[in-house]
Amino acid sequence: MSNRNLSITTPLDIGRDPRLLNARLKRQDSTEPILTKQARPGEMLIRAFLLFCGLLSVFTTIGIVVVLGSESLLFFNSGVATLTEFFTATRWQPQAGEFGIMPLLSATITTSIVAMFVALPLGLGAAIYLGEYARPNVRATLKPILEILAGIPTVVYGYFALTFMTPLLRGMFGQDTVQIYNNAAAGLVMGVMILPTIASMSEDALSAVPRSLREASYGLGATRFETITKVVLPAALSGIIAAFLLGVSRAVGETMIVALAAGAGPCVLGDTCFNPFAAGETMTGHIARISGGDLSYNSVDYNSLFSIGLTLFVFTLLLNLISRSVSKRFREVYQ
Amino acid sequence: MNGLMDDAAFSRALKSRHRRGNIWQRFFRLSTIVALLALIALFLNIANSAFGYALQDYDIAPTELVEGGDIASLDNARLVAMLAEHQPRRLAVYVRDTLSMVDASVFTTLPLSRVLEGRSYPEALASATIPEVTADDLQTILRDNLTHDQLVSIIEEQVIGINVLRTWSLTDSLTNRAQIEAIAAENPRANLIFRSWLDLNFLSSPMSGNAAVAGIRTAILGSVWVIVITVAFAFPIGVGAAIYLEEYATDTPLNNLIETNIRNLAGVPSIIYGLLGLAIFVRALETITAGRTVLSAGLTMGLLILPVIIINSQEAIRAVPSSIREASFGLGATRWQTIWNQVLPAAMPGILTGTILALSRAIGETAPLIVIGASTFILSDPSSPLSRFTALPIQIYQWTARPQPEFRAAAAGAIIVLLILLLTMNASAIFLRQRYRRKLTA
Repeated sequence: MSNRNLSITTPLDIGRDPRLLNARLKRQDSTEPILTKQARPGEMLIRAFLLFCGLLSVFTTIGIVVVLGSESLLFFNSGVATLTEFFTATRWQPQAGEFGIMPLLSATITTSIVAMFVALPLGLGAAIYLGEYARPNVRATLKPILEILAGIPTVVYGYFALTFMTPLLRGMFGQDTVQIYNNAAAGLVMGVMILPTIASMSEDALSAVPRSLREASYGLGATRFETITKVVLPAALSGIIAAFLLGVSRAVGETMIVALAAGAGPCVLGDTCFNPFAAGETMTGHIARISGGDLSYNSVDYNSLFSIGLTLFVFTLLLNLISRSVSKRFREVYQ
Repeated sequence: MNGLMDDAAFSRALKSRHRRGNIWQRFFRLSTIVALLALIALFLNIANSAFGYALQDYDIAPTELVEGGDIASLDNARLVAMLAEHQPRRLAVYVRDTLSMVDASVFTTLPLSRVLEGRSYPEALASATIPEVTADDLQTILRDNLTHDQLVSIIEEQVIGINVLRTWSLTDSLTNRAQIEAIAAENPRANLIFRSWLDLNFLSSPMSGNAAVAGIRTAILGSVWVIVITVAFAFPIGVGAAIYLEEYATDTPLNNLIETNIRNLAGVPSIIYGLLGLAIFVRALETITAGRTVLSAGLTMGLLILPVIIINSQEAIRAVPSSIREASFGLGATRWQTIWNQVLPAAMPGILTGTILALSRAIGETAPLIVIGASTFILSDPSSPLSRFTALPIQIYQWTARPQPEFRAAAAGAIIVLLILLLTMNASAIFLRQRYRRKLTA
């Protein structure tokens, strides 16, 4: 009688209940294992929740595209500017109904160029020094200190640009040449901000170059400098390009430094734009200034911010994608 | 002619090759030094503004108000009486700025029951509007609702009226003392004090339009509220996504999309997240978030640091040896039991370190908060997720953008607080990592 509770069917059970025989035969016929995976609804629920967490990042991207796209569409449909005008008109003056992104874009380009003039040579130089020349203990002290630069909030850099770099530039080049708000101070400090990113990515690229290449170069009689410039750097070039592009993308998207130090008004195309010592509002700086004030929803001003945002998003996304595909190629070569 | 040089030419060429190498080596070292100098200049510049002489005078000296000049020793009733004596016409203004729950435009037309909802006020006045309330009743309202600290700072600002006439940087204060004293002597009413803009009063006072008494308490509390909501939102979801990607995801197009997408999101400029937050949390979900509030800011920040948390957590989970998982499966544990009981505890120090680093990015992030509309000037502390707020980096931005040097000095003080906060967070992350490492090797 106690057999009833067990799952194993014995001949005795079958004699008692003929239906069990059928069940047993069926099981022997099928190829299914007797131990099947038990359905666990709890586990499935957890898995579904975790998948949702992962998908949330996709929703974020979709959200960004939809928000920027739909508000930009409202902007272009409102009749104040066509897409062509938006990219070709030479003035950005919302009060006068002129929405040409060129002045904002050119200030973004000016600050980014200045920034990269600082960040690329110095970042690469620091990477080569730390990776190829510095003794291990020097490297172990300098590298974390350099990384502090990467952790400082951008608003602090903005303060530094406005209260240190601007007076310094004005002292060096004269009060008349350098305006109180100028792209040069913002760009230089932005360069300092980006420097550690370039340095650490370039150093990774340099250290990925196999030792054997260096040794072969030394064996042929090259000096250390010749080995670095003619063997190591070319081999690490794609990694360095990736670092450079990522740096540009950070410079383009940087807000607080330009909002504080680069000026609060679009530059005049053909006059002050591309003059690093003149004031000029960047795309990010404009978004920050306009949205910081009292902004009414559904106004042209409000929608125009999203069209600038869309331009910015597309720019940085392209830079990031190119940067990642370049660095992926470099990874395939040496690993 | 063969292509080889003779010995003399070779050694000459070798010398110049080495010389070139040495020059460039100096350049490489110099670029590292320039970066370090920039860091030093940044810190010195901040310290230089945060401390130094300030020339201040008063509308009414504290010693004229109370024996010994210590305002804080008086009780609330005395303070309110003092306020009524010196600024009788502005009592309603203080009620509006510190206690009112409604917009300034309807402050004088709504009844007290609406204006002071949730505050204590005489029952008889529930249906009266502000212009109908007598000065005595306004005093009662102020006395019953304001804290001692708030009253002291109102007195300091409105009655004593400290004015900063001039400030000097730390270097000026140390090197040009004689000149500074000469300038001070021209203003006999004013007194010259060596002022640290970062002091206990600075930490505990609310925001103010007067740099001399302005503080960062509201800003610090705002930052804390935002960070708490950011963690509550981003930590579970970020770790969840990381678990999914590391423990469940197979090589399907959907999972690859998620993975690529996270990498790309990490590179989106923070101001774009601000625009996203403005459109979604502030506008579309206004019924839930009540607009430009702590909740909207926290959710926006959460989205911003989500990719960072996911990437860091993925690395921590990947570092857990697969033997632990196999042993757990071998003992009959299900996948989730294995994750919850084995993988997560082992990966937790790494996950926490990554999260702290992500949060230290969030706490200094300014641009998204500006875009979603952190208030520039609020006097009451945030008290719920639906409060309007300001934050420490916003405060720094506001003060730096003002032309007056005394606000720059206050900004420098706030920057020091922010940097100390960041340093503490990063140090605790490093400490956590080191402890974990030691545990693994022991």
